Amino acid sequence: MADPALQAIADAETQEEIERFLVEQERKDLLRFITCGSVDDGKSTLIGRLLFDSKLIFEDQLSALERDSKSAGTVRDGIDLALLVDGLQAEREQGITIDVAYRFFATDKRKFIVADTPGHEQYTRNMATGASTADAAVILIDARKGVLTQTRRHSFIAHLMGIRHVVLAVNKMDLVGFDRAIFEEIVADYRAFAEALDFETVTAIPLSALTGDNVLRRAAEATPWYDGPTLIEALEGIDAARDWSALPFRLPVQYVNRPDLNFRGFCGTITGGRVRPGDAVVVTPSGKATRIARIVDFHGDLDEAVAGQSVTLTLEDEIDVSRGDVIAAEAAPAQVTDQFAAHIIWMAEAEMLPERQYLFKFGSQTANGAVTELKHQVNVNTLEHGSAKTATLNDVVFCNVALDRPIAYDPYRENREAGAFIIIDRYSNQTVGAGMIAFGLRRATNLQWQALDVDKPTRAAAKGQKPAVLWFTGLSGAGKSTVANLVERKLTRLGRHTYTLDGDNVRHGLNRDLGFTDVDRVENIRRVGEVAKLFVDAGLIVLVSFISPFRSERAMARELVEEDEFVEIFVDAPLAVCERRDPKGLYAKARAGAIKNFTGVDSPYEPPETPELRLAAGDRPAEDLAEDVVAYLRARGLID
Amino acid sequence: MSERLTHLRRLEAEGLHIMREVAACFERPVLMYSIGKDSSVLLHLAQKAFYPAPPPFPLLHIDTTWKFKEMIQFRDRRAAEIGMDLIVHTNQEGLRQGVNPFASGSAVHTDVMKTQALKQALDMYRFDAAIGGARRDEEKSRAKERVFSFRSSAHRWDPKNQRPELWNLYNTRISKGESIRAFPISNWTELDIWQYIHLEGIEIPSLYFAKERPVVAREGQLIMVDDDRIPMAPGEQPMMKTVRFRTLGCYPLTAAIESEAKTLPEIIRETLVTRTSERQGRIIDHDQAGSMEKKKQEGYF
Ligand SMILES: Nc1nc2c(ncn2[C@@H]2O[C@H](COP(=O)(O)OP(=O)(O)OP(=O)(O)O)[C@@H](O)[C@H]2O)c(=O)[nH]1
Ligand SMILES: [Mg+2]
Repeated sequence: MADPALQAIADAETQEEIERFLVEQERKDLLRFITCGSVDDGKSTLIGRLLFDSKLIFEDQLSALERDSKSAGTVRDGIDLALLVDGLQAEREQGITIDVAYRFFATDKRKFIVADTPGHEQYTRNMATGASTADAAVILIDARKGVLTQTRRHSFIAHLMGIRHVVLAVNKMDLVGFDRAIFEEIVADYRAFAEALDFETVTAIPLSALTGDNVLRRAAEATPWYDGPTLIEALEGIDAARDWSALPFRLPVQYVNRPDLNFRGFCGTITGGRVRPGDAVVVTPSGKATRIARIVDFHGDLDEAVAGQSVTLTLEDEIDVSRGDVIAAEAAPAQVTDQFAAHIIWMAEAEMLPERQYLFKFGSQTANGAVTELKHQVNVNTLEHGSAKTATLNDVVFCNVALDRPIAYDPYRENREAGAFIIIDRYSNQTVGAGMIAFGLRRATNLQWQALDVDKPTRAAAKGQKPAVLWFTGLSGAGKSTVANLVERKLTRLGRHTYTLDGDNVRHGLNRDLGFTDVDRVENIRRVGEVAKLFVDAGLIVLVSFISPFRSERAMARELVEEDEFVEIFVDAPLAVCERRDPKGLYAKARAGAIKNFTGVDSPYEPPETPELRLAAGDRPAEDLAEDVVAYLRARGLID
Repeated sequence: MSERLTHLRRLEAEGLHIMREVAACFERPVLMYSIGKDSSVLLHLAQKAFYPAPPPFPLLHIDTTWKFKEMIQFRDRRAAEIGMDLIVHTNQEGLRQGVNPFASGSAVHTDVMKTQALKQALDMYRFDAAIGGARRDEEKSRAKERVFSFRSSAHRWDPKNQRPELWNLYNTRISKGESIRAFPISNWTELDIWQYIHLEGIEIPSLYFAKERPVVAREGQLIMVDDDRIPMAPGEQPMMKTVRFRTLGCYPLTAAIESEAKTLPEIIRETLVTRTSERQGRIIDHDQAGSMEKKKQEGYF
């Protein structure tokens, strides 16, 4: 048995002996690691081998494995250990790993949680999922193939995620006759690449997952020339412990527990430091200071709590604290910023566009924000920095991010938990990216608003009207400009002060430098949104007629002004109708391939889900549609 | 003094964190309570996470009407002691059609009285998050599931297209009608569960402890005669054997094991040295290869 303690407990006679055993078990520490590397290098087989040789495969599982190996196995006349880990039907059918599997085992020294990650580039985000909680990485290499792109990509991601210990498992040594020269060449190759990644330890081991050589069992015969540790010895020996409790105290407030008026507890997981009743703390972002009153626990109040514990604190003063705030040591409060530089791993098929609004989740804080500047992209093969305008699936980029409100953070290097974030698409709700804060940008704090004496209400009152944005969206040729033009005439006749921003006109001036790629379309709308906002500030009714094909950007424009100042008008004409009208001959050109990225032809249009007003523009005259708009504005009280 | 949290305390902290994240991010959460040891740990974590308040969500039990009698008594008593609302749901349509584990077979019974019943209850009460006690070490498709696991409005799990889940940052965003299943004890092993029960003094049903009980043999497995609904061959008599259960479910579908383990430490020892995995006691898993994944896709817990 891999775990001699198991034998001890099997023989234990008395309750006391068992209890003693349990106390010992309790003291064992935990190492979380991943297996990663290129497709088919043998990651899943290796974990299967670890579980199998640690006698963790039960009799019923073994008979199921033998059955499965016959039907789905990739190993001729033998059991396919990868099937112990590749648990999804699709994985067994294709003989590959698609998503992370978490498995658990123990030796007499340590407990382990291992995440088996997929080698396929397509599933890199699942590899990153596994890596984000790991202390160490076993990077596999097929001895016949050497260091491959995926080996480098996974090493780089492991490094980014803060993994500092690597075991380089040169696998399938059985297929190269356990040749020492081959092993050494691969190791030299890898070390040359990995030097820039600054791992604390890199332990190289020649092994075979298939035969078990140098996994749990030392392969004295196969590799007499090797005197380093076996894989399990290497894993037992890794010292990944970092004393998070030595950092300054941080508690991101996750939940406010308020059963009645007499109790207000602030719950969360301590991400750094230690806390005791009486400690002086400060709450960010409000900056209010107080002291810890109690650390409340089910089994009675605690004297102290440390990083990693999930606790409930009460404070001495009644100050306003809610989810997303951070309670921190007064002597070393958390940094606060609304702009920072970060590494981002992009995880969605849809590309990441600068200036597009996404949700950013940090601990318990969530903010709207956007990548404002993409500084560079990292080439995973050479680790060189290249320029990029967007990020696509599996890209690693370094960029600046701006949020709509300040958040408390620590750089990821200093505190993993307080410097990590995920990016969520606001429409699909998918997790589209993961990021690590490198440093905050001070710019935000230096740039002050100039206070002006004449403000929006004053300007609006001088014109005797309510300012608003009428945002016309729809396909080219749907009739946006025609309807907007009629509406503006009617409003002027009613004595309203207006201005029109029209797509084509603005592209002649302000947005002359922009084309029609997705990136440029986003920037196009961002600028127009900002200009519309200025005009609203000036007290005007602004008519904007832009195709504005993406929901995200229309939402961004909406958020720039007050809730009741934005009217989204969907000029809804079927594509076929627009194409038949083709007033500017553009559809014909697009179909002929003379224009690229034309909305409705080879670039998408995302119709509004809940516009304030939808105009059926396919079959009614523009004059009627314009009347509808004016009627709507009356009903809404925007004009009288 | 070592500052490092022990293995169990790390798992506990993670569980509390997940409980609170659910309470903070969802409008109508519910805790799936199935009365076994894992549910008992879940309930304990919920109590700890919100102490001194009671947990801010109700318990939901899907009652197939075939649970061990003792489980039902235990359930009602615990809910009352903790002061949580208990919702019990049974698929009435299935009951009317006479679905049962003997005549309908385990596959149909489980589908109609558990999976369908669960979906009915989730729809009826419009729960947007259901906290469950699944562990990754139970079964190979569970080993692949996220902690916050997304379900479509038809309650389906799409194992090939799960949301990436990094650090302890859980994506809790859903659209109307969709839901999340949250698994606070994902990373616990069976041994961890027992050790924690021991450490924290958590109460569990006595069916887990060895005792003389009436059983019959069915296809090589020992089934307890919990009431007179179990069909007997002519002249067949229940045998009295000292048995216990490693897992609790519908009594006709939950095999007993012969055991002398009458205390927690003895159970733990038995768990450690035993050579059969705990889910084998659940008959549903063996119906077809990959069957757990399929059931989960269709909405089974
Ligand atoms: N001869 C030999 N074959 C091996 C060894 N390790 C793995 N294999 C075989 O290599 C093939 C791929 O193994 P897997 O374990 O599925 O590879 P993987 O790295 O998990 O693949 P992905 O997860 O899909 O990236 C299988 O057919 C294994 O049996 C080894 O040490 N020696
Ligand atoms: Mg694999």
